[in-house]
Amino acid sequence: MSGEQVFEVFRQERRGQPFEHAGSVVAPDAGFAEAWAREQYGRRGESVALWLVPREAIREVEDWADEFDLKYRRVDGYSIKARLKEARDRASSRAG
Amino acid sequence: MATVAIPRDEQAFLEYVQAGGQVEATDWLPDAYRAMLVKFIEMHANSELMGVLPEREWILRAPTLQRKLALTAKVQDEVGHAQLIYRIVEDLGKPREQCLADLISGRSKFHNVFHYPTRSWGDVGVIAWLVDAAAIISQKALLKCSYAPYARIMKKICWEESFHILHGRDVILALVTGTPEQFELVQEALDRWWAPLMQFHGNPIPRDEDPMWRWRIKSQGNEEARQQFLEGYVPQIRELGLELPDPKLRRRDDGVWEYTEPDWDELRHVVTGHGPMTEERLAFRRRFLEQERWVRDAVLAA
Repeated sequence: MSGEQVFEVFRQERRGQPFEHAGSVVAPDAGFAEAWAREQYGRRGESVALWLVPREAIREVEDWADEFDLKYRRVDGYSIKARLKEARDRASSRAG
Repeated sequence: MATVAIPRDEQAFLEYVQAGGQVEATDWLPDAYRAMLVKFIEMHANSELMGVLPEREWILRAPTLQRKLALTAKVQDEVGHAQLIYRIVEDLGKPREQCLADLISGRSKFHNVFHYPTRSWGDVGVIAWLVDAAAIISQKALLKCSYAPYARIMKKICWEESFHILHGRDVILALVTGTPEQFELVQEALDRWWAPLMQFHGNPIPRDEDPMWRWRIKSQGNEEARQQFLEGYVPQIRELGLELPDPKLRRRDDGVWEYTEPDWDELRHVVTGHGPMTEERLAFRRRFLEQERWVRDAVLAA
């Protein structure tokens, strides 16, 4: 692969939709990468737009430490079942 | 939520993929798994690249302009699949040039069906319809492959294969509704292609003894794939009035297809480089790689 570079290809299927990773092409420069990507990911009109990104430009993040217990930011951070039961029990004993 | 850590230990990794886990190119992979992936995926890429040659021979002889264009488009699709799949192999650590060198020197393999001649336009129909149908069954089973980059690219490939099957079926339907000679062209091609088609999915080793299944590279066993092919396509072939050259072929009451034992020696012989067209097609690839070297050199020098 001397002199060649990997470009990651993202494609958008319809206007308004998110770009999704489609695959990669290897090419000597961005112009060739575009030519390959147009053929591979657009020749049947299956994409309305493509993003070509040199692989080195991608910064990957995949460690998700949770030292501070941030689960209050998520739905699974709330367990209301027991409290709801208690609230209902109290309400019914007040009514009764 | 902390992401699931990919185990960095072979046994734990095996359990992870067996439980349906998928991995990416940047994850730690056991050497044995990586080697198995390279071998399997490289053979797939080789097959896409070599698989266009039997059809290419008929581009200049296609019966109509429309057929010529459709066949050319199919050939472009298949070469495109080879490029996509070689990319996956490259990311696993084996350069494409090495793959091509191993292919043309006969060190690596390609599928049995691409070692046979295409004698008539009937062959083109049988290949596009039935060989692609058999292949799409294997490829659909790869949509769940434990190696995620390969599984993802298979989505695009299966999508394009669906055009090919329709194209093949259309060619076959035109012939079987034509003159008696045209019908005979299909029957004669089918008679020749049935044995390689029955060998295509490989010998019926139990799933658990298949290392490709153990690592969840494949998600089904060889015999499962063949049964699926028979179940889906034998009725479609027979409804056209075509006959299959196997007197033992029948569907049991429990839904399992019985058939004459395929010739596994022939399969081994053919895929190890001794098929009727192996040498000629590899010579073609060698010649083209040589002939087009100046293009690669010019592009890379730019």
